[in-house]
Amino acid sequence: MIAHYGYADGSGEYYLIVDTDRCDGCGRCVEVCPNDILELAPDDYGKTVVRVKDEFVNSIGYICPACKRRDERCESVCEHAALSYTW
Amino acid sequence: MLVAGVDVGSLTVKAVILKDGEVAATTTLITGDDAATAARTAINEALKSLAERGVSATLDSLDYVVATGVGRKEVAFAHEVKTDVRCDAVGARHLFPSVRTVVDIGAESCKVIRLSKKGRVEDFTANDKCASGTGMFLDTLAKVIGVGVEKLGELSLKAKEPAKISSMCVVFAESEVISYIHKKTPVEDIIAGVHESISNRIFGMMNRVGIEKDVALVGGVARNVGVVRALEARAGENILVPEAPQIAGALGAALIAAKACEGGA
Ligand code: SF4
Ligand code: SF4
Repeated sequence: MIAHYGYADGSGEYYLIVDTDRCDGCGRCVEVCPNDILELAPDDYGKTVVRVKDEFVNSIGYICPACKRRDERCESVCEHAALSYTW
Repeated sequence: MLVAGVDVGSLTVKAVILKDGEVAATTTLITGDDAATAARTAINEALKSLAERGVSATLDSLDYVVATGVGRKEVAFAHEVKTDVRCDAVGARHLFPSVRTVVDIGAESCKVIRLSKKGRVEDFTANDKCASGTGMFLDTLAKVIGVGVEKLGELSLKAKEPAKISSMCVVFAESEVISYIHKKTPVEDIIAGVHESISNRIFGMMNRVGIEKDVALVGGVARNVGVVRALEARAGENILVPEAPQIAGALGAALIAAKACEGGA
């Protein structure tokens, strides 16, 4: 399953995209996130995968783009290329 | 076997009771500010209508209850909670076995879910950040226009030339609508313009996940035939709409509950 967390508004599209078939739930991205907005949770089919915490889904457009300048961010530390984003 | 699905939405709570796998009763209530109580009341109301038909049961005697919707985590008596995405998928698929793309337009959110041939969720996106593309957008603009929201659909079918509403944001769209009213643009054309604006937004989300046929529209806004037509025109696809689109998520939850009882969730 591909899960798009985020939204689109007048200023652009802000989605963090998780490919749950690739994600093995190792939690590396959760640890590296400086803003602690990710969590591991079982999806509806019982597999533990990463997701964006509910309370942050509507604000990732303000939080995540700052990571562009960081070498270590969720998407770069994932060994399975399970994460991508639209900004 | 008696199971229930309850969908706690931002505006309404929906409950569906299944008796031996068949829909036996449904209710829809306003959520108010106490989601847990609303969920309980919705199920009790449904049970009451069952009792009138000679099936007596109480909330505690239900074999399994699955909760979904934004307020799902507050439903303490549920045996299990499932995301709206999964419940919408299961519900829509039950109503239309051929469905591959499910669009759910609710009061304050909208979702597009793409399913595999076998009905598994392959991709989804949700918007609950802004009002555009939701029931709230329609409600707000219906008030400005001075028409009951339930009449929008019918009226818009009479439109000759839909007004262009370029803003996605409800606040700006509202002022566009007001200026059309001042220009004496026919009400039908303004409403049709509002529907086009919503369908543009939804179509953008549909493209994000990719459209596969057949397409179904569920959620309360699906009762508005004007939105259905506008979205069909925009997407160039026929759109399936169930008879009671607002209960699709609750139905999905109830079906998941029934499956859990059979022993294989
Ligand atoms: S680092 Fe990659 S594999 Fe590990 S939890 Fe995050 S997304 Fe999943
Ligand atoms: S982009 Fe940065 S802030 Fe956003 S989830 Fe990834 S690590 Fe966290």
